[in-house]
Amino acid sequence: MSTATLPQRTETLPQRAMRHPAVVPVGAVIIAVLIGAVIMLAAGLNPVDAYAAVITGSLQLGSLDYTFSVWGFICGMGLAAAIPLRMGEFNMGGNGQMVLGGVTAYIVAAELGLPGVLAVPLAIVAAMLVGGGFAAVSAPLSSRFGIPIIISTLLLSPVAVAIASFLVRFPLADTGSGVAQTPRLPDDAHIWALGGLRYTSVGLLLIVAIMVVFYLVDSRSAVGFEMRVAGANRKFAAYGGLVSSRLALGSMAAAGAVAGLVGAIIVMSSPFRFIDGALVSPGYTFAGLAAALLAGGRPALVPLTAVLFTILQVGGAAMERTADVPRQLSDVVQGVVIVILALRVVLDARRSGAGKDA
Amino acid sequence: MMGVFEWGFVAAVFASATPILFAALAGALCAQAGVFNIALEGHMLWGAFAAVAGSYLTGSAWAGVLVAIISTALYALVLAIGAARFGADPIIIAIGTNLLALGLTGFLMRAMFGVSGSFAPRGLEGIGTMPALAGVPIIGPIFAGQTPLVPLALVLIVAAGLWLRNTPGGLRLRGVGTHPDAAESLGVSVRSTQFWVTVLGGALCGLAGAQLSLGNVTLFTENMTAGRGWIAVAAVILVANKPLWLPFICLGFGAAEAIGFRLQGIGAPQQLTDAAPYAITVVVLVLTRIRFGTRATPAPA
Repeated sequence: MSTATLPQRTETLPQRAMRHPAVVPVGAVIIAVLIGAVIMLAAGLNPVDAYAAVITGSLQLGSLDYTFSVWGFICGMGLAAAIPLRMGEFNMGGNGQMVLGGVTAYIVAAELGLPGVLAVPLAIVAAMLVGGGFAAVSAPLSSRFGIPIIISTLLLSPVAVAIASFLVRFPLADTGSGVAQTPRLPDDAHIWALGGLRYTSVGLLLIVAIMVVFYLVDSRSAVGFEMRVAGANRKFAAYGGLVSSRLALGSMAAAGAVAGLVGAIIVMSSPFRFIDGALVSPGYTFAGLAAALLAGGRPALVPLTAVLFTILQVGGAAMERTADVPRQLSDVVQGVVIVILALRVVLDARRSGAGKDA
Repeated sequence: MMGVFEWGFVAAVFASATPILFAALAGALCAQAGVFNIALEGHMLWGAFAAVAGSYLTGSAWAGVLVAIISTALYALVLAIGAARFGADPIIIAIGTNLLALGLTGFLMRAMFGVSGSFAPRGLEGIGTMPALAGVPIIGPIFAGQTPLVPLALVLIVAAGLWLRNTPGGLRLRGVGTHPDAAESLGVSVRSTQFWVTVLGGALCGLAGAQLSLGNVTLFTENMTAGRGWIAVAAVILVANKPLWLPFICLGFGAAEAIGFRLQGIGAPQQLTDAAPYAITVVVLVLTRIRFGTRATPAPA
């Protein structure tokens, strides 16, 4: 839109290319990868070997099945962050919403003794309800009591993680094993695999379906428009008669429901049990948040940006094994990407010549 | 009547509260200057690592504290430059620097010291206590077994509160936060004030981290701040930016943590006692809003 107002004749091709919306995100990733390389060099490690291990570890044929399933989880947690981000709110409680979903799915699938045809869908629905309900609490805390959603989600998340951990260690524990985990789910209650794949399941299709729904709601529906208006300017939205408290409730519930779904899928996939820490420690929540920020919350871009963080996440483990570089480097690169993205506002303002008031 | 057990408990409350106090002071000063600083968690974590690394490499705990203060102030430059200098969104920068701190400390622990999870080398110097105080009534039982950073936190917070309220400098700082345009027209540079307050906040978070890793214990573990920075942010919101109230709030959190340790001692599950300070924080946040009948206020952004 800005190109129309600018004198296009005097603009050279490189200048126009620099204005492409992909420049900042791609640039952020390149700079972050370079900074990661500098850090590795400073620590006496070989960045070429490390990044080669990241790529081969995540994209070689044998690991693609696993990579796909992780991509699904990061897309899911990316949605959990992106939906509230659309209206300018930060959902930082993905871990809590995910583990509550996971533990709910386990209880429904294992304890109710239902046949598989019922157990799997019911477990998923219950997980989404619990995850969504838990996340939705933050909306009235914000609109009624003025506690920012970013703070309440961050404070409530460890409470949920602790409750799930307690349930898994005590009432639901597999007493026969020394590990803090539940017993294996009955064969009937395993989420349906796709073809002969070991990790990728119907759950991935569910997440893709939700991504499509989010895209359609965001771009085609009144609610999606209202969310974007509220995100752009809360006061204008209120002037226009939008009830932002209701929008916040809806978007947080939707976000928590997706996070709960991710938890349910992880628990009902191999190794088919809730292992304490196994949902939180891979860092899907922050990888998802990073993907959502990199996509600027735009639904169509989340699956693309999630690819990058999936490669980092899955490849990080391979990098540790074969190049002896600590996998925390993935977190470093993610953090740097986010910091650079925050600075994009400045870059965008400078490039469009809008000045500091933009 | 007040036996060893009770004084020991009070001392434990002060020890638990001190890192949160330093971080909350940093957050409150930033809030006064109009910067919503939610990078406290990452800054504190970086400070905790820098303190241990500094103490290990120099052999002196106080050198470690100095390293923590300086390097955390430098780490805070990212937020200061991004938010105060360039006007980028402080929330997004803070999310990035928090994640970066988590990754960098874990990475450096592996790369520099070759250990993962936890770094507690033999001979790592912790900050010394103040046994000279043992004879003084009340102060002795609470502070004799503590590092000097514990009373320092209280002194700094009172000094900062009085400074903010009673001095021209404090007035200027508050002016920057409440009426940036007015402050600017009076010749106070909003950007440079916010810049230096953010850097100072980093230094305070360095002290918070040092107390956590070299004071309360003598080791560094991955993600050892475990949400204390967020409790500090909540405390800042809770007292509506009036730093003189922070000690009471932070001591409340310290008490929740100390009671949790006691309850674990008598067999309560660790998961639930760990979660208690967070749950209590949310409940207290809600209760204060109900009690004062505050209408919904937007997040200070």
